[in-house]
Amino acid sequence: MTQTQAEIVPVLTQGADRGARETLQEWLPKLVLAPSFALILLFVYGFILFTAVLSFTGSKLLPDFSTWVGFGNYVRLFNHPNWIVSLKNLAIFSVLYIAVCTVLGLGLAILLDQKIRGEGFLRPIYLYPMALSFFVTGVAWKWFLDPSIGLEHVMHTWGWESFSFRWIKEGKMAIYTIVIAAVWQSSGFVMAMFLAGLRGVDNEVIKAAQIDGASTVMIYRRIIIPLMRPVFLSAFVVLAHLAIKSYDLVVAMTDGGPGTATWVPALFMQKFTFGRNEMAMGASSAIIMMMMIFSIIVPYLYSELRGGRRS
Amino acid sequence: MSAAPSQDNAARTGIIARAVIYSLLILFAVYYLLPLYVMVVNSLKPLDEIRQGQMLDLPSTWTIEPWLSAWSTAQIGVSPTGLKPYFLNSILMVVPAVAVSTLLGALNGYVLTKWRFRGDNMVFGLMLLACFIPFQIVLIPSARILGELGLAGTVTGLVLIHVVYGLGFTTLFFRNYYEAFPTELVRAAQIDGASFFQIFRRILLPSSGPIIVVTVIWQFTNIWNDFLFGASFADFDSIPITVALNNLVNSSTGVKEYNVHFAGAVLAALPTLVVYIVSGRYFVRGLMAGAVKG
Amino acid sequence: MSFLQIQNLEKSFGATRILKGVTLEIEEGGFLVLVGPSGCGKSTLLNTIAGLEPITSGEIRIGGRRVNDLHPSKRDIAMVFQSYALYPNMTVAQNIAFGMEIRGVPKPERDKAIADVASLLQIGHLLDRKPSQLSGGQRQRVAMGRALVRDPQVFLFDEPLSNLDAKLRIDMRTEIKRLHQRMGTTIVYVTHDQIEAMTLATKIAVLKDGILQQFGTPAEIYNNPVNMFVADFMGSPAMNLVPATIGGNGSGLTVNFEREGRPPVSLAVTDPPSGLAGFKGKKVVFGVRPEALTDPDGADRNASSTATADLHIEVVEPAGSDTFAVTNLGGKGVVARLRADANVQPGTVTPLTFNLTKTVFFDPATENRIH
Repeated sequence: MTQTQAEIVPVLTQGADRGARETLQEWLPKLVLAPSFALILLFVYGFILFTAVLSFTGSKLLPDFSTWVGFGNYVRLFNHPNWIVSLKNLAIFSVLYIAVCTVLGLGLAILLDQKIRGEGFLRPIYLYPMALSFFVTGVAWKWFLDPSIGLEHVMHTWGWESFSFRWIKEGKMAIYTIVIAAVWQSSGFVMAMFLAGLRGVDNEVIKAAQIDGASTVMIYRRIIIPLMRPVFLSAFVVLAHLAIKSYDLVVAMTDGGPGTATWVPALFMQKFTFGRNEMAMGASSAIIMMMMIFSIIVPYLYSELRGGRRS
Repeated sequence: MSAAPSQDNAARTGIIARAVIYSLLILFAVYYLLPLYVMVVNSLKPLDEIRQGQMLDLPSTWTIEPWLSAWSTAQIGVSPTGLKPYFLNSILMVVPAVAVSTLLGALNGYVLTKWRFRGDNMVFGLMLLACFIPFQIVLIPSARILGELGLAGTVTGLVLIHVVYGLGFTTLFFRNYYEAFPTELVRAAQIDGASFFQIFRRILLPSSGPIIVVTVIWQFTNIWNDFLFGASFADFDSIPITVALNNLVNSSTGVKEYNVHFAGAVLAALPTLVVYIVSGRYFVRGLMAGAVKG
Repeated sequence: MSFLQIQNLEKSFGATRILKGVTLEIEEGGFLVLVGPSGCGKSTLLNTIAGLEPITSGEIRIGGRRVNDLHPSKRDIAMVFQSYALYPNMTVAQNIAFGMEIRGVPKPERDKAIADVASLLQIGHLLDRKPSQLSGGQRQRVAMGRALVRDPQVFLFDEPLSNLDAKLRIDMRTEIKRLHQRMGTTIVYVTHDQIEAMTLATKIAVLKDGILQQFGTPAEIYNNPVNMFVADFMGSPAMNLVPATIGGNGSGLTVNFEREGRPPVSLAVTDPPSGLAGFKGKKVVFGVRPEALTDPDGADRNASSTATADLHIEVVEPAGSDTFAVTNLGGKGVVARLRADANVQPGTVTPLTFNLTKTVFFDPATENRIH
C-alpha cells in the first residue's frame, strides 16, 4: 500500500487554489464568532458606556449631551431619600434573601438526602416555583398576603378573629413580604444545587468518618458542609445578582408601596427615568447597580475561568 | 452502623428522627404548593364565592368562566380582548428569539473550544460578564437604537433584544459542553478533510442533543417570563403576556374580578410550567449550568 | 533520499517554546518512534507533521514535498489517536468511510474499501455497530481501519495503545508490527513507553523539553546513550547511574566507588574512552545496565573486558525469568541481573561481574557521555 504517482498529482494541483480556500478556512471561525461578539460589544459594553456618559449630563426626558454636570447626578442621587430607601431595602432584601435561601436550600437538601421515600415526588414540588416568573410569583403572593382575601381572611373565617398579618400594607414590614415571595421562588433551586453537591461527595470519605465513630450530625458539620464550599459560592453569586436585579417581583407585589416603602434600586431607576423624566439620575443609579453586581461577579468569574484553564 | 449501648433506644430515636424529617419535608411541600393551589382553585370559582368564602376552600360551584374571560374577553388596558393576542405575541417573540440565540450560542461555543485563537478567553469572559449586567443599564440606549432601526415597539425589536442579551448564556452553555467534547474527534475529522461547517454539522451537532434541550428550556423560560424588556419596549401589538397580565390585574376600572386575575396568572405561567413538568430533569440542569458550574 | 524530513522545527505558544529546533528524517517504509516523558513535545511534533498545529519555523517534507502550509487532509497522512477519536454518532462502517464521503468517493467504491479493510483487521462483524458498543481493543482496530482505508504515505500514531490493558497492549503491539511489515508504509509513532519504542521502531527519537536528545536505531539508543537522560529513560529496569571517581594506576585508569561503612571498590578500566583520561581525579557518573552486572557464571562470555568485585547484597527480587539483586555503590542502590536460580541471600557478600564493554561514563556537570 505505498503511494502511487496518481495519488500525489491531484493533491499537488489542488495546491494552486489552496491560498484563497485555506485563508478562508482560517478566518471562518473568527467570522462566525464576530457577529455575536460585535452585538455584545455594542449592546452591552457600548451601551454601558453610553449610560455612563449620560449619567454625567443633565438629561431629563431625552438624552441631552450638551449640558455637563460632572458628578452632580451622583451627588443628588446619594442625597435623595428615595435612593437611600432603595439601598436600605436592597440591603435588607439581599441579606435575608441570600441567607434564608441558602439555609433553607441546604436544609432541605440534607433532609432529602436521608434516603427519603418519595424524593422523586417532593423534589419537583420544591423546585417548580423557579419555572414561574418573578412577576407571577409576585401576583400570587400579593393576593395570598392581602388581608382582605388572603391569609388573614382565612384565619378569621376559621375562627381566629384576632389573627393579624398585614405586613404587605405596612410601610415598615412590606419589604419582608417581598423576601418571603422571593425565597419561595428561588430556594428550591438552591436546594437542587446543594443536593447535586451532596450527591457528589465521595462516599468513602463518609465511610471513613463513620468508622472513626463520627455521628451523622458531626459528619455533616465537619466533613460534608465544608465540602460544599463551591456550592455556597455559586449560590451566593446567583442569588446576589438576582437580588440586585430584582424588579418584576416588587412591581407585581407592591409597585414600591406603600409610599416608597419597598423601593429598590431597579425600581428607582425605572421610576426616575421613565416616570419622572430624570434620565440622567436614572442612568447614574443604573451605573451604581452595575458596579455593585460587578464587584461580586468579576472576581468570581475570574477565579472560575482561571480554574477552568488549570483543569 | 451504630454501636449504641442499646439497640432498642437507637432504633426508637431513629424512628422519631425520621418522623421529624418527613413532617418537615411535607410542611415545606405545602409551603411551595399553597400559592399555586390558591391560584388554581380560585380561578375556578365564581366571583361572589371568593368574596364570601375563603381562598383555601375548594369551589362549591365549579366554573371555567373566569378562564374563558381571561383568555378572550377580559379588559386589558383599554380594550376587552383577553390575554389571547398577548399570548400570541409572546409566542411570536419567544420562538425566533430562542432559535436564533441557541444557534448562535452553539456556533460560538464551537469556535471558542475547538478553534481557539489568541484572546479567546478574553472574548468569552466579556460575553459571560454580559449575562450579569443589570438590564436597567442598557434600557435607555436600547430604546434609542430600536427607534433608529425602526424597530421600536415591534416584536422583531424584542426578538433582537432577547437574542442579544441571551447570547452570553447560550454561549456559556455550549462552551462548557463542547469543552468536554473530545478535540481529537475534530482533529480526526480535519484529517478526513471535513470543513469547518461539516465538522460542526456532522460531528458536534449530532452529539449536542442534551445541551440543546437545556439551552432551549433556559432561553424559553427566561424570555417567556421577561417583564422588564416587555414593559420598556413593547407597543400595543407587541406586548407580551407578562405585561398584559400586569395590565389585567392592575386595571383600575370596575370591580376586581379576582377569579379572572387568578386564571390569567395561571395562563401566563402555563407554558413554562408545562415545560418544567415535561422536562424537569433538563430544566434543573439548565439552572445549574447557569450557575457557571461545569 | 529520506521520505519524511523535519528540518529545524520550532513551535512556540506565545513565549513558551514547545519544540526547539528539531531535525529528523526517516527513510521510506521506516518506523519512527518519538519517545519521551509527558510534556516533552512528542505529541506536538506529531501534530505538526499532521498539520493539526501550525509550526513557528522550520520545514516539514513528506515524499520530497514541502507540506508546511498544507491542510491536514492534503498531506496524504492518516492518524490514529490516543482516544481513537471514533465519531460517536456514526457506525463503524460510516466512521471508516467518512473521509471518502467528504472527498466525494462514490458509494460502491467506498463499500469495497470498507470491506477490504474490515477483512484485513477482522472487524467485518462490527461494521453496523456504534463505537459505544465496542470493547477497547475493537475500537483500536476500527481506528486503525479508518487510517488504513486512506492508504496514505505516512501513518501517524499518537500513543495508540495507552488506553488498553497490559495484555491487550502487547497483542496489539505485535499486530501493529505485523501490519507494518506487511504493508511497508512509513509510520511515525508517539509513545511514552520505552518498551514499545524498542520493539517497534526502526529509528527512535528521544525527546525532552522540546529538544531532540538522541536519534538512532533502537540498538544505538540502548547501547550508546548520548547522555544520562537517554540512558535512564530507555531500558527496564533502568540503567544504574553510579557516582564514581576516576583514578589512575600507572598507565591505566580505574573507576572507584565509595561505599558507606565499607572499603571503596575499585575496578580497572581497560580500553577506556579517550576523553576519560581528562577526568583523572574527578567525579564521573558510571553507567551500567543491570544485565551487564551479573553473577560471574552468568557473565557474557563474548565480553572482552570484565571485572569482578565482592559486593554486599541488600535486597533480592526474584522475577521468575531472572533474579534481581540490589547492592549499594556510591550511595545509590545498584541493580544486578542474575540467573533465575542464582543463590544469593540478602545481607551476604557475593562476587558480581561487571561487563566493562557495556559500561558508559558521563560527565556529571553536563550529564553528557564521555567519549
